[in-house]
Amino acid sequence: MAGRVKIFVPRETAALSMGADEVVAEMLAQGRLHGRDIELVRNGSWGMSWLEPLAEVIVNGERVAYGPVAADDVASLFQADFLSGGQHPLKMGATSAIPYLEKQDRWTFRRCGLIDPLSIEEYRGNGGFAGLEKAFELGAAGVLQELKASGLRGRGGAGFPTGIKWQTVADAAGEQKYIACNADEGDSGTFSDRMLMEGDPLTLIEGMLIAGFAVGANRGYVYLRSEYPLARTVFLKALAVARESGWLGKNIQGSGFDFDIDLHLGAGSYVCGEETAMLESLEGKAGLIRYKPPLPAIAGLFGKPTVVNNVVTLASVPEILVRGSEAYAALGTGRSKGTLAFQLAGNIRRGGLVEIAFGLTLRELIEDWGGGTFSGRDIRAVQIGGPLGAYFPQHLLDTPLDYEAFAALDGLIGHGGVVVFDDSVNMAAQARFAMEFCALESCGKCTPCRIGSVRGVEVIDRIVANENRDANLELLQELCDTMVDGSLCAMGGLTPFPVRSAVKYFPKDFEGSSAVQASAGVNK
Amino acid sequence: MTLLKEPDYGTPLSPREDLVAVEIDGLPAKVRAGTTVLRAARESGVDVPKLCATDSLKPFGSCRLCLVEIEGRKGYPASCTTPVEAGMKIRTQTPALAKLRRNVMELYISDHPLDCLTCSANGDCELQDMAGAVGLREVRYGFDGDNHLFEAIDESNPYFTFDPTKCIVCSRCVRACDEVQGTFALTIEGRGFKSKVSASMGESFLDSECVSCGACVQACPTATLMEKSIIDNGQPEHSVLTTCAYCGVGCSFKAEMKGDQVVRMTPYKDGHANHGHSCVKGRFAWGYASHKERVLDPLIRESIHDPWRKVTWDEAIQYSARRFKEIQAKYGRKSVGGITSSRCTNEEVFVVQKLVRAAFGNNNVDTCARVCHSPTGYGLKKTLGTSAGTQPFDSVMDADVIVVIGANPTEGHPVFASQMKRRLREGAKLIVVDPRKIGLVRSPRIKADFHLPLLPGTNVPMINAFAHVIVSEGLVDEAYVAERCDTEAFAAWKEFILQSENSPETVSEISGVPAEDIRGAARLYGQAENGAIYYGLGVTEHSQGSTMVMGMANLAMATGNLGFTGRGVNPLRGQNNVQGSCDMGSFPHQLSGYRPVADDAVRGSFEKMWGVELDSEPGYRIPNMFDAAIAGVYKGMYIQGEDLAQSDPNTKHVEAALGSLECVVVQDLFLNETAKFAHVFLPGTSFLEKDGTFINAERRINRVRPVMKPRQGKGEWLVTQELAQALGYPMNYNNESEIMDEIAALTPTFSGVSFKFLDEVGSVQWPCNEKAPMGTPIMHIDNFVRGKGLFIETAYVPTEERTTRKFPLLLTTGRTLTQYNVGAQTRRTDNIVWYHEDLLEIHPSDAELRGIREGDRVSLSSRKGEVTLEARVTERVQPGVVYTTFHDPQTGANVVTTEYSDWATNCPEYKVTAVQVAPAVHRSEWQQQFDQRAKEQGKILETT
Repeated sequence: MAGRVKIFVPRETAALSMGADEVVAEMLAQGRLHGRDIELVRNGSWGMSWLEPLAEVIVNGERVAYGPVAADDVASLFQADFLSGGQHPLKMGATSAIPYLEKQDRWTFRRCGLIDPLSIEEYRGNGGFAGLEKAFELGAAGVLQELKASGLRGRGGAGFPTGIKWQTVADAAGEQKYIACNADEGDSGTFSDRMLMEGDPLTLIEGMLIAGFAVGANRGYVYLRSEYPLARTVFLKALAVARESGWLGKNIQGSGFDFDIDLHLGAGSYVCGEETAMLESLEGKAGLIRYKPPLPAIAGLFGKPTVVNNVVTLASVPEILVRGSEAYAALGTGRSKGTLAFQLAGNIRRGGLVEIAFGLTLRELIEDWGGGTFSGRDIRAVQIGGPLGAYFPQHLLDTPLDYEAFAALDGLIGHGGVVVFDDSVNMAAQARFAMEFCALESCGKCTPCRIGSVRGVEVIDRIVANENRDANLELLQELCDTMVDGSLCAMGGLTPFPVRSAVKYFPKDFEGSSAVQASAGVNK
Repeated sequence: MTLLKEPDYGTPLSPREDLVAVEIDGLPAKVRAGTTVLRAARESGVDVPKLCATDSLKPFGSCRLCLVEIEGRKGYPASCTTPVEAGMKIRTQTPALAKLRRNVMELYISDHPLDCLTCSANGDCELQDMAGAVGLREVRYGFDGDNHLFEAIDESNPYFTFDPTKCIVCSRCVRACDEVQGTFALTIEGRGFKSKVSASMGESFLDSECVSCGACVQACPTATLMEKSIIDNGQPEHSVLTTCAYCGVGCSFKAEMKGDQVVRMTPYKDGHANHGHSCVKGRFAWGYASHKERVLDPLIRESIHDPWRKVTWDEAIQYSARRFKEIQAKYGRKSVGGITSSRCTNEEVFVVQKLVRAAFGNNNVDTCARVCHSPTGYGLKKTLGTSAGTQPFDSVMDADVIVVIGANPTEGHPVFASQMKRRLREGAKLIVVDPRKIGLVRSPRIKADFHLPLLPGTNVPMINAFAHVIVSEGLVDEAYVAERCDTEAFAAWKEFILQSENSPETVSEISGVPAEDIRGAARLYGQAENGAIYYGLGVTEHSQGSTMVMGMANLAMATGNLGFTGRGVNPLRGQNNVQGSCDMGSFPHQLSGYRPVADDAVRGSFEKMWGVELDSEPGYRIPNMFDAAIAGVYKGMYIQGEDLAQSDPNTKHVEAALGSLECVVVQDLFLNETAKFAHVFLPGTSFLEKDGTFINAERRINRVRPVMKPRQGKGEWLVTQELAQALGYPMNYNNESEIMDEIAALTPTFSGVSFKFLDEVGSVQWPCNEKAPMGTPIMHIDNFVRGKGLFIETAYVPTEERTTRKFPLLLTTGRTLTQYNVGAQTRRTDNIVWYHEDLLEIHPSDAELRGIREGDRVSLSSRKGEVTLEARVTERVQPGVVYTTFHDPQTGANVVTTEYSDWATNCPEYKVTAVQVAPAVHRSEWQQQFDQRAKEQGKILETT
C-alpha cells in the first residue's frame, strides 16, 4: 500500500460553485475504494478560476495540477493514477509552471492557493508575520517611511497614497484610533478581496496589525459584504486562530502591542463600500454618505482618526515590508507602483485573478491571460473599474494599465475588475444599466444621484425610442454634468462615465432603430 | 406689526471666536474661524441658495444647491460643508453655478406636485423660493417619469400632517428630531429614489415614538410637514413675540397671527431659554384659550348650591367686596386671604398680594409654590443666600456630570431635556436618582451611567451618602470651601456626614440602592470638572424637602460646584411663573425679593410707597388657611388662577375647608374644581391676552405680550385693582408697565427692570440692578449671596407615612408630557389623544400578586381616601412602588395623598403615600360623589 498522499482542492467560492465539494467527496470515496490514504487539504484558490475545481497532488515534492475537475472525472483520475502524477486529459502539469500563474508578479497573493488558510504553521512557514516582525523592528515611523517609499496606493478604487493616509492618521490628535478594512467588494467582476479572505486571511490580519502598529490604533474592524458567507466563516476562524496563537489580542508576541479585530457584516448595499457610508454602517446607522472634509483619517469611525483601506491594500503591506519598498516601487510604471490583482470576468475564456505589475496593456491582460472572449466572438467593449468605470472600445485596449493613463481617458482602474463584452452587446442597454444601477444603489442623500439616476434611465429610454432625440441627448449630457459636478460622492459622480463612454464610442447603439438593435443583438 | 422672519444663516454659529478673512464675490469679509462658506456668505449678505441647510442643524450636504466655486479647488464644493480658510476666494454666482443649480432644481421639480397656488406652504416655501432664485423655467424631464405624487397623506397627528408627495428628502425633519429634540423617532426608510421619511418603523406619526414637539414641522422647507392650523387658515400676516405659559422653561414664541386669531405658535430662535425649540404643549396646545367652556362673563351666586347668575363686572366686583367686608366685620381682619397664581404674570401676582396686604390688611397670601418649590426657596436661601436656581439653562452645555434628582425633564421640562440630552450625547455623564426608570435612564443614544432607584422618601440619606463618600474619599474641594464657605459650619457638617449612619452601606439598606452604585455615582460627581445638579418636585414634595435641598447645596459647595458655568444646583420649576410669583412676595412671611414682612425697614418701604400701614405678622400658609377654615376662623378667599380643590393634597380635607367658607372668589379661565365652592367667578385672561412678564426657572424675566384684547373685556390686574378699590384701597395703575415700575422701585433685585428695558434686551436674569445692569446669568460667582456658604447638617428623619400591612405600597405622583398639572388647559386641547385619563403604573410582580392585568380598573386607597383608575403594568416602576398623574379631576389622585408636609415650608408630601391597590369594578365613593356634584354643578351651569 502506497503512503499518505496530500491532495489540495480549494474551498473557495468559485471552486465550490463549480462542484469542489462534490469532487472532494468523490476523491475521498475513491481513495477508500482504492485503499489510498489521502490527506485532503482545502486550500485557497490560486485564482485560475477557469480551472476550478483545480485539484493538486504532491508528486516528488512538487504540486501537480489537474483541472477543471468534475466529480465525474474523479474515477478516471484514479484510474490514471493521478496521485502519482499520471497522465490525464485534465493534467495541467506543475502548478507553478502554468503560464497563467507563472507570468504573474505574486506579492499580495503569494500564499493564496499555496497554503491551508487556517494553519498558522503553514503561514509562518511561508513567510507569514515576517512583515509584522519587520514592522516591530522598523518602528512606527519606519513603517510609514517604507510605505510611502513603496508608492502603494489604495487598491479599493480611489488610488490614494496609502503611506500618506496612514501618516495623517498617525499624526492626528487623539488616543483612540481605528483601522477599518473595507471588504464590501461590490464592483461588478471583482473578487480579489474575497479570494484573499478565503485563501489567505492571515495576511489581511497581519496587514491590519501593521497598520494599527504604524498609526497607533488598537482596534480594527472588517466590514464584509453579507454576500460573502464563506469569506466570513474563514475569516472568523482565522481571527480565532490568530488569537489563540498570540498574534491578535493583548501584548502580541510579547511586543507590548495590543490589537484586536471585529468583523461586521453589511446588509446588501453597494454604496456602503464608499468609505464614509461604510463608517456610518459600522456605527450602526443607515449607510448614508458623509460629506468630506473632515476626512476619515481625521474624524472617521465614531469620530476618531481612522485608516480606511481596502482588503488588498492592507494585505499588500506585509510583503512590501518583507521584500522592501524599493523592490515594490521598482515594479509598475509612472505613479502606479507595484502590483495589482486584476480580476478577469464577463465574457472571457480564462477568467480569474492575475496579480501583475502595472504597465501592461489592457489588451495583453485580456488576450494573453484571458484568452479572448468566452463566446469566441470579437471583443466590443471592456469595462474596467466596476459599474462606475468607463467602457473602453477596441481602439483603446492598448492603454497601459496605469491609474493616470486611464484617468486621462475618463476611465478607471478602480479595484481592478475587468469585464469583457463581445460584439453582441448593446451599449445603450449598458448605459441604461449604469443609470439603473445608480438608481438602485444610490443612498438617496444627494439630489443629483437620487433623482438624477432615475431620470437618466428615462432619458436614455426616450433617446432609444427616438423621442426628441437631439434634445434628449443634450439633456443626458447636462444630466451627466449635473451628476458629476453636483453629487456628494463617487456613486453619483462617476455613474456618468460609463454612460458617456457608451454614447461617445458607440453612438450607433443609441440610434434606437430596430436595425441597430437587431444587428447588435439584444443584450439579455 | 409685520410677520417676523428670522434670518437663517444655514449652519450653526461657529464656537470659535478668532476671525478669518475671506473674499466672497470679490468683497472682503471677516468671519469666525470654523464658519462654513455658506454661513460666511449669508452673514455677509450674500444669499447662496440652499434647501437642506438650516442654522439649527448641523451641515448635511445633500441638496447640492449651495455649491460654490473656490479659487484653487477642483469642482464645486458645497458651501454648507466647507469651512472657510484664511484668504479663501469664493464665488457664489457664476454661469457654471447658475446652470448647475438650475439643473439640480429641475430634478427636484420633476418629482414635485405643481400645485403651488393651492399649497398650504404657498408664500412660505423654501422650495418655491429657491426655484425662483435659480430661475427654473422648464422641466425637460416632463412629469410622467417615476415620482411620488400618489403617496398617501398621514393626518393622524392632531396638529400636523405629513404629505410625502411634497417631500424633497432633505432630512431636515429627521435631523431636527435627532439633533434638536433628541427623540430619534424619524428616519429615512429605503434608499435612493425610494428614500422616504418614516416615523418609527413605518408607523403613522400618531402611533410612532414621535413626541409631537413639532421641530420637524418647523424644519420642513416645504408643505410636507405642515400645521393643520395653517392648512385651515392660511399663512399668518403678523407676529407677536411672547412667552409660553406652560412649564418653567419659559420658551419664547412668535405668536403668528391673522388679525387677532393665532394661526401658529413658532418658537423663537433668539429665545434664550429655548433657542427656537418647543414641546407639544407650547407649540400646539393653545386651543384652550378659545375653548367653548371658557367663561367670559362674571358670575355670582348666593350659595354654592345656587345657580350662577351672569352679572356685570361692576356688580361682581361690588358683590365680592361687600361679602369680604362683611366677613371681616364679623370675623375679624384676618378672616380673609388670597392666593396668587403661578400661571399669571408678575404684575398680576403683585397686585393680588398687594390687595391682600393693603386692602385686606393682613398677610394671608400664599401661592401654589407652597405645594411645589417652597423648600427650594427655603433651602437655597439658607445655604447660599438666594431662593432660586444658580444657572442659566445653557450652562448644562458645559456640564461634565449631570445629576438629575426627582425630576423627569423629558416629560415635565421637555425643551430643557432636549438641551440636556444634546449635552449627554456629546459625552457628559449622567446620574439619575429617581424611584422610577424615567425616560432619561435609557433612551435613544442616552444611557444613564448610574440610575439609583431609591425608595420614595429616602432622598436625604441618599444625598448624605453621596457627601459621605466625597468627604471620606478626599474628594472635597478644600481650597474652595476654605475660601468661600463658613469653615466652622463645614467642620461640624463634616463630622456629621462621616458618621456611619450616612455611609453608603447603611443608606443602601434604607434606600434599596446597592452601596457600590451609591459610591460609584458619588465618585463620578465628586471627580467631575463640572458637576451640575438638576432637581424637581421629587426633591421638594417630601416631609424633608427643605432638608434635601440643603443637602444638595452642601454637596455642591463641598465639591466646588457653585459659581461657575456647567455646575450649580438647579430647580426645574413646574409652572411658567412660579419663580416670579415667589419673587413677587406671594408668601405670608415675605415681601417681594424674599424680604421678611417682619422687617420694619423693608415693610416701611412698602408702607411708604403704598400709603398704608401693613401688618408685621406673617399670615396663613395654604394648609393653615384650610385648617383655620375648618376651625371656623377663616371665612373668605380670593383665589386667582389656582385650582386648590384638585391640586392640593388630601382632597376631602380641602373640600371640607372650601365648603366652610362664606365667600370664595375664583378668578380663572374655566369653572374649575375650586369654582364648585365659589360664590363669585371672575373670568380671567389667557396668556395670549396678557401684557406683562413671566420668570422662568433660570430667573429669566421674559416679556408676555398680548396678541389680542382680553376676551372677557378686562386685564386681570385691572380686575384686582377694581376689587381693591371697591374694598376701599386706592390702587391706581394705568397699565401693567407701571406695576413693574413699582416692583422695580421696591425690590432691589429688580431695580433695573422695566418693560422698556426688556423690550430692548429681550430678557434678563435677576438680579438686575446697578451692580448687574444686564442681569445675572450665574449666581454666586466669587462669593455666595449670603456671604459665606453655609453647610447645614441634614439628619435623616423618616416620614411618618410608612407602609403597613394594610397599605403595603408606596404611591408617588407626577406629570406626563402631553398634560399639564391639573389639566385645565391641556384637557381642553387635542392633547387628549395621547391621554384619556390618569393611569396607575404598577410593577408586574405587584400586579400579578393582586391579579391585575394591563388595562384593568383598580382601586387605589390610602388612609385618606380611595379612587379607582386604570392600571398600566410596567417595569418603569420598581416593585413596591406605584405611580400616577394628577391631571384629571375625575380621577382625583389627591383624594389619596396625605396632609404630611415639609417641616420647614409645609410643602405637601405628594411623593410618598402608603397605599393598597386592588382590582375594582365601580368608581370609588368619592368619585361617585364627584360625578354627582359635577352633574349638579352642570345643571347650575346650564342656567348661566
